[in-house]
Order: sequence, then C-alpha cells, then structure tokens
Amino acid sequence: MSRRLLFGTPLRDWTRTVIGCVIVAIILFPLYWMTNVSLQPRAALLATELRFLPIPPLTENYVRVFRKPDGSIGTIGEQAGSIGTSLFIATTTAIVCLLIAAPAAYALVVFRLRWLTLFVLLLLIVQMIPHVVVANALYAIYARAGLLNTHLGLILADASMGVPFAILILRAFIVSLPRSLIEAALVDGATHWGAFTRIILPLSRNGLITSGLFCFLFAWSDFLFALTMGTQGKIVPITLGIYKYIGNENTSWNSIMAAAVLASIPPIVLLLAGQRYITAGLVGGAVKE
Amino acid sequence: MAPAVIFMVVLFAYPLFYNIWMSVTDFRVATFLTGVAPFVGLENYIDLLRNRTFYGALGLTAVFTALSIAGQMTIGMLLALFFWRSFPLNSTMRALLLAPWLLPLVVSSSVWQWMFAQDYGVINYLLLKLGLIDHKIPWLVDPTNALVAVILTNIWIGIPFSLAVFHSGLQALPRELLEAAELDGAGPVQRFFRIILPLLRPLTAIVFVLSVTYTVKVFDLIYVLTGGGPADATQTLAIFSFKLSFKLFDFGHGAAVGNVLVVISLVFAFFYIRSFRRQLESDPT
Repeated sequence: MSRRLLFGTPLRDWTRTVIGCVIVAIILFPLYWMTNVSLQPRAALLATELRFLPIPPLTENYVRVFRKPDGSIGTIGEQAGSIGTSLFIATTTAIVCLLIAAPAAYALVVFRLRWLTLFVLLLLIVQMIPHVVVANALYAIYARAGLLNTHLGLILADASMGVPFAILILRAFIVSLPRSLIEAALVDGATHWGAFTRIILPLSRNGLITSGLFCFLFAWSDFLFALTMGTQGKIVPITLGIYKYIGNENTSWNSIMAAAVLASIPPIVLLLAGQRYITAGLVGGAVKE
Repeated sequence: MAPAVIFMVVLFAYPLFYNIWMSVTDFRVATFLTGVAPFVGLENYIDLLRNRTFYGALGLTAVFTALSIAGQMTIGMLLALFFWRSFPLNSTMRALLLAPWLLPLVVSSSVWQWMFAQDYGVINYLLLKLGLIDHKIPWLVDPTNALVAVILTNIWIGIPFSLAVFHSGLQALPRELLEAAELDGAGPVQRFFRIILPLLRPLTAIVFVLSVTYTVKVFDLIYVLTGGGPADATQTLAIFSFKLSFKLFDFGHGAAVGNVLVVISLVFAFFYIRSFRRQLESDPT
C-alpha cells in the first residue's frame, strides 16, 4: 500500500475534502448571494455585469434597515423593532414550550397507562397537521376570545408547533435515563414533583437544550401565524417584516437582503454553537420516538 | 401532564373540530359580527367537487410534492453516501449544509426570488455566461417555469433533512457486511442497490412519509415566492385554503379545503404510525 500522507491523512481523503468544499459552496451559494447583495449599492444590482464580491463592502443597506419609513435617521426603525419582536416572541415561546413539555414528558415515562401510548401517537400525528388548517380555526377562535393582535395569542399559536415536538424529544431522553433513579427517590419519600425537579430535570439538560432550541427556531421562523393573527399590523416579527418589505415598491433588494441576513443570524449562530443538539433534534425527531 | 393535555386540547383538538364545524357552515366575515353561521351541510364540499380551481390545486399539490421529494431524497442520499467515509472537515461541512433547513422560509424564499429575477437575477446571469441559455428565462412570470422554480427552491430546503437522516442511518449499518461484499467483488453500484438500500428501507420509508406530510403543507415558500401565481400556476391546496379564508373571507370553503389537506396528511401519517407502533411494542421502554 503506497499511501502519500499530508498531516497524517491520506491524500485521497484530502481529495474528498476538496470535492466536499465544492459541494458546500454550491449548496450554500444562495446564502453567499444574499450577503453579497446586501453589501452592494443599488446601482450594482441593476448593472449588466453582476458583482460577485462586495468590494468595497457597503454598510448603508444595514443602516437603512434600521431607519424609519419616512427616512429619518438615528431612530430605531421598523425592521429593528421587528427583530426585537421576534426575539421576544421566540424566547417566550421556547420557555412556554419547555414548561408545558417537560412535566408531560416525565409523566409519559413514569406513569404507564394504556392511553398514554395513544397520547404519544397523537403527538406524532398532530405534528403533521398543516398549519394553514390550525390558523384557519384559530383565527375564528381568537377573534372571539380577543386574542388577535396580542403577543399572548401569537406565542400560544407558535408554541403549538413546538410543544408536541418537545414532548417527544424529552420523552425519548428521559426514557434513556436509568429508571432506578426515580424509583430510589420515590422510595426515599420524594414526591413525583420532587423526583422530577431535583433528579430528572438536571439530568435532562441536553434534551432541554435540544427541544428549547427547536422551539425557538420554530417561533423565529413563523410567518403564517404572524400573518393571520396580526390583522392590525401591530405585532410584526422579522419574517412578516421582510414580506412587507418585499411588497413595498420603494425598497430595493439590497435592503431586503440586509434584513434577510439579520433574520438569518440567530439560526446560524445556534447552528454553529449547538450543532450536536440540532442534529440530535433533526434526526431524533424523525427516527426515534 | 395536565397542562400539556389542556394545551393540546385547546390548540389542536378544539381547532380541528372547530374547523370541521366551520366547513359545514356558511362562515363569513359577518359571522364575526353576528355570531351566526348558517348550517349548510356538505354544500361546501360539494362546491369544491364542482370547482375546477380545486382540482387544479389538488393536482399541483401532487406534482409539487412528488417532484420535491424525488429531488431531495435522491440528492440527500447521494450526499449522505459522499459524507459516509470520514475525511478532514467532514462534520463541519455537514453542519454547514444544515443551514438551508434552519433558516426561516421567508428568508430563503426572498433570496431565491431575487436570484430568479428575470433581468437582474444571478441564475439567468450564470446560465447565460455558461452558454446554457440564449435568452433570459422569465422564471417567476411564466406558469410552468414558476412551478419549476418553486420546486427547485423546496428541494434546496429539503436536502439537509434527508442528508442528516440518511447519514445517521448509514453510520448504523454493519461495516463487516459491506466489507465482505467488497471482497467478494461487488462494485459500488451493486453494493448500494443490493445491500445498502434494502437495509435502509425502513428509514427511507420514514423519510418519505415525513417529507410528504411536510411538503403538502408548505405555505410560506410558495406564498412569498409566487403568491400562488402566475394564474394559479403554483396554487397548492395550502395556498388555496389560505386565499379562500383570508383573502375572500370565505372561511367555510377555506376550512373545507383545509380538511381535505388534513385527510391527505392523515393517510400518510397512518403508514408512519403503523411502523412506529411496531417499534413501540417491540421496545418495552
């Protein structure tokens, strides 16, 4: 076997790395293009020869994103407010999801009742229900309950995507913990609540992070609920903000792309910081229970 | 447990039943003021069966779903095979490739919308430079092209999911079996179709069902990219239902279309649950 090595790795493997880089470059090209366009002046976008490198980079588009529609500078504008709204709604949604899902997941593991298996199956089915259908009925229900155009209404609607997912992920996680831990605590006179808060929760850290991350991302990405539940345009998350931005004749695409880049930052940061949790959720939500 | 049950009842069971009720009433804007929605029985559903737009949307949903899934599962599998063997930067690259799946759909759709733009879009620019086309293609303006554009974008979004799941499936395959096959002189293509694919069949079925239920309900992507147009060319059932309810304020018919969508999802969910149930019963935990 004559293998030439580079830094202790066969050259053939480095060839794969190079091919891999090309694949990644092709697939992630849209993200590159989004960033590239967001850093160019308007004139460059409408030229016959497109520019593939934003040199010199222009930050003006980002400034414009933070400006008010009337053009006044220095005040925090529409899109900046949208990012704040999205952060608030997504964070609250993640907390609400975990508060509801964690005790439920514990109960599903500890109490083995026939209808609980049924409940797990229902959770799986529920995730497949089209959001358009939920939005249709929720709109009518919210209209009566006075929840349209409220943060609470949007958070609850967003949580409807996260809660079933979080319960399933956490359940799979708690099932994998040794059962004797809970039994020992119960024998020692702890209540179920005590066993849950003092033993299970601290051990479920990874499961909580995974499900929390996903609940945050679901809510951060939501567009449909924001579109349908916010009839007065008072609550505008960044997704809805970008959509309205596109519809506005006066905005040019470099500003839209700047807003899109800003909306991509939290998901990308979470992906880079928590890759293993993301992969665990992506695969675990599909394959295991 | 109790809060979760209440939550599920309020946010799923109630809306689902409410939707069924709405679909058998003449539920319109006036209903919100008067609280009256006259019962019309199955009239809304019968209207749909007489409506050509409905059949169009049904057919489009089928085409959109079938082509999207064929594309993303094939590419996802090919990439998973490529990333199977470990090489430097392998896991970093796989992490980066998850990005399209994690971004808000509105973001992806707006980027693709600008890339597909006829005069200033980078796709036409590159195709022209490469000599693949001799005039700029009206991507989002022409009905057929718009459908192609929407499907391409959806494939792009779906690739990471197939890639990640297939990759985890490949990792779990017994290496000895494949090495034995290689020693016996089985080529890579033979190994894939004779050994890898049969072993991954259960997983492929799960990816397929989850992708179907995910794709039939796609809304954001189409709504932002084309708005269902041009001339209803990309109007799937999800878009059709939304337009009936929130553009025409005809919630009764909107609910009826939505329920058709639910039934389609449930049929596929049934297959998923059946395999899942076997797993639950064989696994006592």
